[in-house]
Amino acid sequence: MKRLLARHETYIFGIIVVFSIIITAINPNFLTLENAFDILKSNAFTGIMAIGVLFVLISGGIDISFAATATIAEYLTVLICLRVGGSMLFAFFSALVIGIILGAVNGYLIDRFAVPPIITTIATMNLYYGLLIVFSKGRWIYALPQYFRTFADIRVITLYTAEGLPYGLSIVTALWFVLMVLSAGLLFYTRLGRSIYAVGGDAISAKRVGVSVKMVRIFVYAFMGAMASVAGIVQALLVQAVAPNSIVGKELNVIAAVVLGGASLAGGVGTVSGMFLGVMLLAIVQNGMTLMRVPAVWYDVFVGLVILFSVGSSSWKVKKEKVGTFIDIEPLSPPMVQEGGR
Amino acid sequence: MVSGDSSITMQSSFLSMQQINKRYTGVQALFDVDFDIQAGEIHCLAGTNGSGKSTLIKIICGVERADAGATITIGDSVYTQLSRKDALQHGIQVIYQDLSLFPNLTVQENISIGDTMSGSKRFISWKQSRTIAIQAMEQIGIALPLDKKVAHLSMADQQLVAISRALTKDVRLLIMDEPTTALTKKEVDALLSVIKDLNKKGVATLFISHKLNELMTVANRITVLRDGKKIGCYQASDIDAKKLEYLMTGTTSSYTPYTLNKERAGTPVLCCTKLSKKDNFHDIDLTVYPGEIVGITGLLGSGRTELAHSLFGLNPPTSGTCTINGEPVALKSVQEAVSMGVACVPENRLSDGLVLDQSISKNIVMTILDNHLSSLGLLDDEGLHEKVLEYVEALQIKISSPSSAVKTLSGGNQQRVVLAKWIATNPTLFILDNPTVGIDVAAKSSIHSIIKALAEEGMAVLIISDEIAEVLYNCNRVLVMNRGRIIGEFDSSSTTENDIQAFIDFHAM
Amino acid sequence: MMRPLRLEKKETSVLVGIMILVIIIMVLANPGTFLTYTNMKGMAYQLPELGILTLAMMVVMISGGINLSIIATANMAGIVAAIILKSQPGSPSVAFLLALGACLGVSSAIGLLNGVLVAFVEMPPILATLGTMTLFNGISIVITKGYVISGFSPAVLYIGNGMLLGIPFPLLIFLLAAIVMSIFLRKTRTGFSLFMIGSNAMATKFSGINNMAVLIRTYLVSGIYSGIAALVMISRFNSAKSGYGDSYLLITILAAVLGGVKSEGGFGNVSGVVIALITLQVLSSGFNLLRVSSFLTTAIWGFIMIAVMVTNFLIENRKTRGAT
Repeated sequence: MKRLLARHETYIFGIIVVFSIIITAINPNFLTLENAFDILKSNAFTGIMAIGVLFVLISGGIDISFAATATIAEYLTVLICLRVGGSMLFAFFSALVIGIILGAVNGYLIDRFAVPPIITTIATMNLYYGLLIVFSKGRWIYALPQYFRTFADIRVITLYTAEGLPYGLSIVTALWFVLMVLSAGLLFYTRLGRSIYAVGGDAISAKRVGVSVKMVRIFVYAFMGAMASVAGIVQALLVQAVAPNSIVGKELNVIAAVVLGGASLAGGVGTVSGMFLGVMLLAIVQNGMTLMRVPAVWYDVFVGLVILFSVGSSSWKVKKEKVGTFIDIEPLSPPMVQEGGR
Repeated sequence: MVSGDSSITMQSSFLSMQQINKRYTGVQALFDVDFDIQAGEIHCLAGTNGSGKSTLIKIICGVERADAGATITIGDSVYTQLSRKDALQHGIQVIYQDLSLFPNLTVQENISIGDTMSGSKRFISWKQSRTIAIQAMEQIGIALPLDKKVAHLSMADQQLVAISRALTKDVRLLIMDEPTTALTKKEVDALLSVIKDLNKKGVATLFISHKLNELMTVANRITVLRDGKKIGCYQASDIDAKKLEYLMTGTTSSYTPYTLNKERAGTPVLCCTKLSKKDNFHDIDLTVYPGEIVGITGLLGSGRTELAHSLFGLNPPTSGTCTINGEPVALKSVQEAVSMGVACVPENRLSDGLVLDQSISKNIVMTILDNHLSSLGLLDDEGLHEKVLEYVEALQIKISSPSSAVKTLSGGNQQRVVLAKWIATNPTLFILDNPTVGIDVAAKSSIHSIIKALAEEGMAVLIISDEIAEVLYNCNRVLVMNRGRIIGEFDSSSTTENDIQAFIDFHAM
Repeated sequence: MMRPLRLEKKETSVLVGIMILVIIIMVLANPGTFLTYTNMKGMAYQLPELGILTLAMMVVMISGGINLSIIATANMAGIVAAIILKSQPGSPSVAFLLALGACLGVSSAIGLLNGVLVAFVEMPPILATLGTMTLFNGISIVITKGYVISGFSPAVLYIGNGMLLGIPFPLLIFLLAAIVMSIFLRKTRTGFSLFMIGSNAMATKFSGINNMAVLIRTYLVSGIYSGIAALVMISRFNSAKSGYGDSYLLITILAAVLGGVKSEGGFGNVSGVVIALITLQVLSSGFNLLRVSSFLTTAIWGFIMIAVMVTNFLIENRKTRGAT
C-alpha cells in the first residue's frame, strides 16, 4: 500500500513540478519564498477543511455540509466574541464546540438511520446554511475584535525583501501544518486512525474485528466539523471580515483537491501528504495563472481539465490493470492418463 | 435419532451453550440448540444451507446475540449474551467464508489488526505488528510479502492471510467457515498440521462444512443441524458420507446418470481448437455435440471458470479458434455470444446471476427484451408478462407474486429464475458454473432434471462443478482441468467418483 | 413476500401525505392569498426550471450515478443559444431554430462526454461530472467574460413566459418532459436496463446487456434534459450567464431523493419526483406569501428531507420487526 500510494503522490508531485517549471519560465517571481509563503497562507483555509474531508473520505463517507458548518462556526464565534468578549483561544474553542456538534449530528444521522452520507449532508447543508442566513439576515461583520487582527499578523518566521519589507511564514500556515502533522500521526499511529481505514475498507469486517463502526463514523464527521470550524476562524483571520455567503459553494472544490491527492471516494484510501499535494496543485494552478497574467476567467477551465485528466488517467489505469485471476499454467501438456471418447 | 452427547463428556469443556434460540424477521433460525466444544477438540458443524449453522457460529463469536433465555458458559464465565469483545477476550477467532479481509490494507496489517483492535493500547506499534504478522505466517509455513495490499493478492493467498490472522497467540477456539475451498492440497495439508498442533496445545477447532471433505476426516465429533434444530452430536468415526447426508437432509439423494442416447454426430455446437488465454488457460480443445452434457471439474483455480467466461464473451481469448454451430466466433462480447445462442449461469448467483433487489419478472425478461418490442420500439409489457408466467409455471418457481424482489426467494428458486432467464433465449449452448452451490438437496436434484431435460431436447450443456458427483452423475463425459489445461477425460458410464478424485489428487501434488 | 412492493407504495403514500399536509397548512396560513389564480400561476411558472433539471438528475441517479454538471450544461447550452440569438443570423425564425438546435446540440455533446467518461473511462460519476461541471462553467465564463447576455425576441420569451390554452407554456414543457421521461424509463429497453444496472451492474453484464451503451445513453438523456431546462431558463431570465441557477444543483438531488429515487440507484419513478417537486414548490410559494425568507424555505427543505429519510427508515424497521 505504501509503495502504491507513494507512486500516486510522486505522480501528483511530478505534475506540480512540471507546472512550476512552466510558470517559473514565464514569471520567475513564482519560485520565490515570498510567493510560496503567500500560497501557503491563502490556502490554509482550504487545506484545513481538506484534512477533515480526507478523514471522511477514508472512512468511506462524503460530506457536503462542511462549508455551511465552517460559516456557522465562524459567524457565531465572531458574534459571541463581539458581544461577550474573549480571546483568540476562546474563539477557537467556541468554534470547535459548534463545529463538533454540527458534524456529530451528521455522523449520528448517517449511522443511526442508514441514510446515504451524500443525501444526509446535502440536507443538513441546506438546513444549516438556510438557518444561518435567516438569523444573520445575510449581514456581513466587518469590525472584528482587535485580537483577530493581531493574531493574523503573527509570523512564525520573518524574512525581509530586498526593499526591507517583512514577509514570512504566517501563523495560519503554521496552524495548518501542525494540524496536518497531528492528523497524519492520528491516522498512522493510533488505533482510531487504523479503525478509520478499516471501516472504509470494509465496514462489516471492521465490526468483526471489534471496531465500533458507529463511533468511528460519528468521530469522522465530528472531526470534519472541527476542521471546518477551525478553517472558518482562519477564513475570518485571513479576510478580517465575516460574510455568511463566502464559503458555501466551495465544498466540491475541496473534495476535488482531496481526491486529486489520491483519496478514493470508495473509502479506505488516502494520506495527509497526498491531500496536501492535491490542495497545492490547485493552489499553484490558481497562483500561476495570476503570475502568468492569464485572465482569471480561465481558472475553472484549467481546474476542470486537471480534474478530468488526473482522475481520468487513474481510472483508466485501474480499468486497464483490472485483470482476472492468474493461473500458473502447467508448462507441458501431460499425457492423457485415461482414454476417453475423444 | 441417537445423540452421542452423553457418551463423551470430558471434563475440559471450553465452551458450552444451552437453550440457544434466534429469531430473525419472520424466521426462527435456531430452536433450543445446545452445543458444546472441548478444549483441544476438532469439532465439525454440519448442515445444509439454511440449517442455522452460520447463525450458531455468529452467536458463538459474538457477532449476533442469542434471544433471551440462553446460557453461554466459557471457562468460568457465564453469559446470557455474548458480545464480540467478550468472545475475542476468550480467544475465539473466526476465519470467515468471505474471508472478511481489508482489501485496502497490507498483508501485515490485515494479520495484526485483531491484536491492534482488541488490545488496550491506543497507539500502534508497527514493529510489533510486523512481528505478529511474521509469526502468524510462519505457523502455516508461508511468507507472503508483508507490504503488499490484500486487494492485489490471489484468492488462495487471501485465504492464507485470513487463516494467519486467526492464528493469534491467545487463540483458544478457532472457527473456520468452509476454509479450504480455494486451497491446493499442499496448503490444506499444511493447515491440517497446524490444526493438529494447536489441538495439542489445547486449542479447540470448530469448522463448518456442507460436505465430507478432507477436514472432516480429522474431526473428533460432528454436530448436525437441520432446519434450525440440533439433530445430534456424533463421533466422527461413526459417520460416513452417506449417513451424514442423510442426517443433514433427512433424505438420501439418488443421482440418475445421464446417458447420451444419440450418436455424437452432425455439426458440433461448440468446437474450440487450441484456445488459450494468457495466465488463464492454454491449448483447450473442446468439442460439444447437441444433446451432450459435458462436465468440467478440477480444483478451484484450475482455469475452468475463466474458460467458461471466455466462451461467454466475458474474457476474450488470446489465441486459438472457436466455432459455435459451425460459425466462427471472436468471443469478444457477451452480446455476440448471446446472439450465437450461448447462455451462462455464473458461479456467483448473488453477485453475477441476479439483480437481487429487482423483481422476479424483471430478472426473467432482461435477456429477451429485444424480442418483445411493439411497432414503436417500446416494450411489450403484455408479451413479457406472459413469458414470465410461462417460465414460472414451466420451472415451477415458487413465488407469491412476479413483482416481488428476487432476494425474497430461496436459493433453489433464485437459481430457477436464473435458468428461466436463459432458457427464454432458446440457447444452443448452455454453460452452468457450479449451478447448485448453496442449494438444498431437493432443489438440487430438480435443477439437475431441468438441465437433463434441456439436453434431451438437443441443447448442448457444459457443467462446471467442484463436486465430482455432480458432474459424474449428470454428464455423459467429464473433463478434468488443472493449472489451465485439460488433463484428462472420463466416460461417466465407466468411471467412479474415486477414480476421478484419485486422478485429481495425483495431479494436484 | 409482497413486502418490497408495498414498501414502495408506502413511501409514495408518505410523500402524498406530506404534500397534502403541506398544501393544507399553506392554504390555512395564507387565507385568501394561496388559493388565488396569481399564486397558482406563479407556482406554475416557477416549478418547471427545477422540475426539468430534477428529471435530468433523477435519470442518472437511477443508474446508480450522479450528474453534478447539469447546471453547468444548462448554462453552457443557454449561453451558446443566446449568442446565436444575439448575432441574428438570417431571419428571426432561422435564428430561433438555430439557437434551439445549438442549445440541444451542446447539451447532448456534454451529456455524451459525461457518458463516455463514466462508462468507457470508468471514472466515478461524481468526479467525472464534477470535472465537466468545472470545465464547462469555466468555458462559459471564458466565452461571456462573466457578463450577462440579455434581450431576446418575443418568440424566445414565449418559451418561459407564454401561455397556451390558459396553461403556462413552461409547465407544458415540463409535463411533456415528465411524460417522455416516464415512457423512457418504463417502456424502452434502455430505461429497463437502467434500473437493473443501477441495482447490480455485474448481473446485467452477465445477462448480455451492453452496460456501456446504456450508461452513455443515460448521460445523453440527462444532457438533453439540461438543454431543455436551459431554454426555459434563458427565456425566463431573458438572459444567459454562467452561474445562473447554481443553487439548484444540490436541490435537484434533494428533490429526486424526496421523490423516492434511491441514491444508491435502481429505484425511482417520475410520479414520485413530480409530487416531491409540487411539495417543494408549495412550501416555497407559501412561505413567500408569508414573507418568510427564501433561505428559511431552504432550511425547511433540508429538514423535511431528513424527516422523510428518518420516517422511511423507521417504517422499514418497524415492518421487519412487525413481521415476526
